[in-house]
Amino acid sequence: MTTLSFPITVDEQGYYGEFGGAFIPEMLYPNVRELKENYLQIMAQPAFQDTFNKLLKDFVGRPTPLYLAERLSAQYKAQIFLKREDLNHTGAHKINNTIGQILVAKALGKTRIIAETGAGQHGVATATVCALMDMPCVIYMGEVDIARQAPNVARMRMLGAEVRPATSGSKTLKDATNEAIRDWINNPTDTHYIIGSVVGPHPYPDMVARFQSVISEETCWQLQEVTGSPDPDLVIACVGGGSNAAGSYYHYLDKPQVRLIAVEAAGHGVDSGESAATSVLGSKGIIHGSRTLLMQTPDGQIIEPYSISAGLDYPGIGPLHAHLIQTGRAEAVSITDQEAMDAAFHLSRTEGIIPALETAHAFAALDKLTFNPDDVIVINLSGRGDKDLATYIEFLDQF
Amino acid sequence: MNRITRLFAEKQTNILNVYFTAGYPYLNSTGTIIAALDKAGVDLVEVGMPYSDPLADGPTIQESGQVALKNGMQLSLLFDQIAEVRKTVEVPLVLMGYFNQVMQFGERKFLEKCKEVGVDGLILPDLPIYEYEHFYKDWFEDLDLGISFLISPQSGTERIRKIDELTRGFIYMVADAAVTGATGGITEIQLAYFQRIRGMDLKQPRLIGFGITDSAAFQTVSAYASGGIIGSAFIRLLGGLSEAALPEAIDHWVKSIRG
Repeated sequence: MTTLSFPITVDEQGYYGEFGGAFIPEMLYPNVRELKENYLQIMAQPAFQDTFNKLLKDFVGRPTPLYLAERLSAQYKAQIFLKREDLNHTGAHKINNTIGQILVAKALGKTRIIAETGAGQHGVATATVCALMDMPCVIYMGEVDIARQAPNVARMRMLGAEVRPATSGSKTLKDATNEAIRDWINNPTDTHYIIGSVVGPHPYPDMVARFQSVISEETCWQLQEVTGSPDPDLVIACVGGGSNAAGSYYHYLDKPQVRLIAVEAAGHGVDSGESAATSVLGSKGIIHGSRTLLMQTPDGQIIEPYSISAGLDYPGIGPLHAHLIQTGRAEAVSITDQEAMDAAFHLSRTEGIIPALETAHAFAALDKLTFNPDDVIVINLSGRGDKDLATYIEFLDQF
Repeated sequence: MNRITRLFAEKQTNILNVYFTAGYPYLNSTGTIIAALDKAGVDLVEVGMPYSDPLADGPTIQESGQVALKNGMQLSLLFDQIAEVRKTVEVPLVLMGYFNQVMQFGERKFLEKCKEVGVDGLILPDLPIYEYEHFYKDWFEDLDLGISFLISPQSGTERIRKIDELTRGFIYMVADAAVTGATGGITEIQLAYFQRIRGMDLKQPRLIGFGITDSAAFQTVSAYASGGIIGSAFIRLLGGLSEAALPEAIDHWVKSIRG
């Protein structure tokens, strides 16, 4: 299992190139500094690694399979492997991070947990570990997302979490994150904020990427067993904030021969005015405590994004991804709602796997990319589609 | 001499700093409100640049910002409004906002514009002192602009000393661990914190803000610092007023705070 030793690090101030940092109000400084000064040391402790690895194995169900999707491979004339994060307990990759962070929170002596959620996957994963560790849990979720992700709201409540609606702005993930940050400002001593993606002030992007790096670590040895090499030719992942992408890229970041594909949500189209394709529409700015690429007006007001997928409906991307895309290390692809929907139904009927709407965007990228015959492609199947059934049902007539 | 520096040189107690959001309640009420506050004898006026995602602000200021943005408020217009009111008003003016707004305007250009229209200082809660010290400090000194950093009850001694060293004008003391607009009286724990900071004998003067809603709270914090900052309570006053009613109501309100 994971050794938690990693090839890529941020600098002392939390920058990947020119992106990152910690642009936070002074009221948060003591909390963030406490985390920054302790997270690496906590994560390196043998007792921590023991507990973390045990929970990933016995509670989450890791390692997740790396599955050769034969029908899809035949269709695209490549070797397409699916990293089955959808088979994790709670149905997505999000729990890799919440297990890690709740153990960090406990090591820091925190007694209360807060989190934001978009699609509800991170909220469920947080509510789950809070139940496991007997900690009170408040989840902030945009009102719009509460309506479109009802099953996950019910799951969080059943697990004992309090779900608080975020009613400002577009009432989605960005606003839920704002509310969680305000909660943390108001509760500076007893509370740990479990951020669900590789966003936020340093050290969050680095810490979350490290917890998610178990994905690429397993991919390395799983591929080695099947193909004789740990390296695929391409890794494809969807990017909202970018945690599943960070985790599936992690051990390949310093291997330039492995192409990294970041799939963003184009909503109704990149130029439609209703999109979340940050790398195309964004410019340098600050969101949620981090300097990164974000969608904004010339006056610096953050633009409300749009995507049919609540988990990708975010106007920024993590600073690691801004850096990877800006330096050309990662290639960005934009996928519309309709293309994602097509891909979701296609995967369901070709491979017998109903993906999350977010994940469906990654599969749709297969039609946009050029690759060589017999290239080895890993698609991170970041989550399962149960939570999106209501949306899928609306589209059943089309397929 | 910078107007903020002059103010604190001339006056050390009962300094009343009032915050409001530019473009609220009306797009062009900014100048009217500044002039009325000046006339009523407020010592310092803090003008908020409305922002889509104001992390350090509570619901009252968030909502005023949303209204202001809906009204069409923009930085270029705000600078015009300030330049206009500056012709007749000498009260020190501080702009408060979020660093992304400054970044998008262009940091150097923003500071030069502040200087040009008669803004005396800035409060940018999400600009870390590290970034300030390494990238922007020289420009503030060069243009003789103030910058106020925040300290909170959780700020450590060493951190406060560093902030004292970097601050130009006054230190913004957050009265409580809260986003702005919290209510309720001042507690023993807060008083202990006020005393602790007063005992540090800092170089820069201090104003205490967050949760200061009435005359009693203002008098209390003034006993521990050079004065206080009132924001949300003033925004709530403005909310229900017609444009014509603003000056008289503001005058009345300031008198009630002064007691």
